[in-house]
Amino acid sequence: MAREKIYLEESFPSPFIQLWGIFRKTPVAMLGFCCFIFLVVLAIFAPIIAPYSPVDGNLDMILLPPAWHDNGNVSYLLGTDELGRDMLSRLMYGTSLTFGLSFIVVVFSLVIGVIIGSLSALTKGIKSSFLNHFLDVVLSIPSLLLAIIIVAILGPGISNTVWAIAIVFIPQFIHITRYAVKEEFRKDYVLASRLDGASNFRILYYSVFPNIVERLMSQATLAQSAAILDIATLGFLGLGAQIPLPEWGAILANGLEHFYVAPWTVYLPGLAILFAVVATNLVGEGIRHALKLRKES
Amino acid sequence: MLKFTFRRLSLFVFTMLVLTLLSFSLSFLFPGDTVINHSGQINATPTELVQLNKAYQMDKGLFTQYVAYVSHILSGDFGQSMASQSPIRDEIIELLPATIELSLVALLVAMLIGIPLGFIAAINHNKASDNAILSMAMLGYSIPVFWLGLLAILVFSIGLGWLPSAGQISLLFEIELVTGIQFIDILLSDSPYKWQAFSDASAHIILPACVVALAPATIFIRLSRAAMIEVLATSYIRAARAKGLSFKQIIFRHAIRNALIQIIRHVGLQFANLVTLAMVTEVIFSWPGIGRWLIESIAQRDYTAIQSGLLVLSCFIFIIHILTDFIYAALNPLARGNKYGS
Repeated sequence: MAREKIYLEESFPSPFIQLWGIFRKTPVAMLGFCCFIFLVVLAIFAPIIAPYSPVDGNLDMILLPPAWHDNGNVSYLLGTDELGRDMLSRLMYGTSLTFGLSFIVVVFSLVIGVIIGSLSALTKGIKSSFLNHFLDVVLSIPSLLLAIIIVAILGPGISNTVWAIAIVFIPQFIHITRYAVKEEFRKDYVLASRLDGASNFRILYYSVFPNIVERLMSQATLAQSAAILDIATLGFLGLGAQIPLPEWGAILANGLEHFYVAPWTVYLPGLAILFAVVATNLVGEGIRHALKLRKES
Repeated sequence: MLKFTFRRLSLFVFTMLVLTLLSFSLSFLFPGDTVINHSGQINATPTELVQLNKAYQMDKGLFTQYVAYVSHILSGDFGQSMASQSPIRDEIIELLPATIELSLVALLVAMLIGIPLGFIAAINHNKASDNAILSMAMLGYSIPVFWLGLLAILVFSIGLGWLPSAGQISLLFEIELVTGIQFIDILLSDSPYKWQAFSDASAHIILPACVVALAPATIFIRLSRAAMIEVLATSYIRAARAKGLSFKQIIFRHAIRNALIQIIRHVGLQFANLVTLAMVTEVIFSWPGIGRWLIESIAQRDYTAIQSGLLVLSCFIFIIHILTDFIYAALNPLARGNKYGS
């Protein structure tokens, strides 16, 4: 086919833009992405949007069912708990604790993991082999168990939970970065820039990272869905967020005593966790699907 | 195979070394006196303290202390629980079999549900049933396990009243502890109500086992789907098809066998995941297992119990890990090749 714009330079979209082009055309993935953005916005602006305080109760309005029930009150849209605290506001504030913190944790461990992982991919010999063995041992312990161990050392509390989960996820990111960087370094385009005289760090920064960023993102979404579940589980077990913090898992544990009288104090936070995890997983699936299509095209 | 065994054994020793080192250093990291954290004797008199210091070689260097600690562990002395002041070894022997029972039943359920569904999805690759199974798997993977447990209790125990919601067996039955695994004990006992007890114990295990099994089952769906798609694309399947075998023969006699080998490899890793889920589920269903005991110990700051519980639990997970590696290598000669000791 003849080119129509011979005078214009052809622009080659970067791998990341190509990926976005495919990702945008998958409706389910876009739906997940919109939900994800919605949660991020909610996590940031919860204090402005939420109608009530998450910790102050209104003792006249105890155990009010959600508004669609006959006894519901429309000014408390999702009902109240046993101290008259508005469930909607608690869930909104909970977004910044459960979802927001898991996001921060994943970004933190991603950065640390990528730095250590790419440095270790450049080393060879005994150091590298020791790291490999050590990572194998650490990775064979499930993330939640490891987080429980670290919380047991540090003591219960939301900040300790965050540290524990960050420490747990770093080895995963080290492993995947190391593997991806090593794989890229074997390819010809890296050899080409090496022949041009580029240093290892220059190759890493300009050649390798743009090509592995989406693989890291796909791992990050997996890690984030695990992080949400871990934070909520630790909160539920009473090892994470302490009373009266409106962390989703902790709200759920709090509602247990009134499980039979007021089931909404249990199923609403559970639905919130489910929603957040499904949204994250949909984004992850979308990225992986797009990666596969890009590889085939 | 001998070389393979040696490699696994060296990995096992290395891991045990790391785990005992971790557990040893926990005593220093936890608040309180190290020797009391080792032994759990919070009410020790001064003379007893002197004896303990001597037993754990506390006046010597760190290495001697570590050796003393490991020899205590190897002789089966985990110290006393700080909360109940009873030997931790007895508590673990009583509780660990219940966890093993729950996780094994859950693993069985997960495999029985997950693997066939994954195969069905792979055979109908890119069709409606494939997509339906995949989206179901993603939903199942995303449900928090404690919430699922509560919903199961709400629906099946409180709402419908079909299944009991807590414990391992009704208190009416008196079963003597022999192996610790309830089902075997019931079958061994000579009670006249043996079969009633058996059905009661089965009714108690259904809910928690299904709750634990859901997330691993979805992972088995993905694994078996991926394995089956890979196998169906190989040339020996094409050769079998060219030979004129029917679809059923290809699937049952060639594809499933080869796909199953790939799945067995991942069972060990999934088992670790499953044990963690079982720990949480034990709390909800008041299952008398080691996970619930461990989480209670963390809440009570029973450091000796935390330390030994973690050691035992991670050893257990790792032993299962190595066992599945062996089974995999026994079934698949390709895996015995020259891979480094991972």
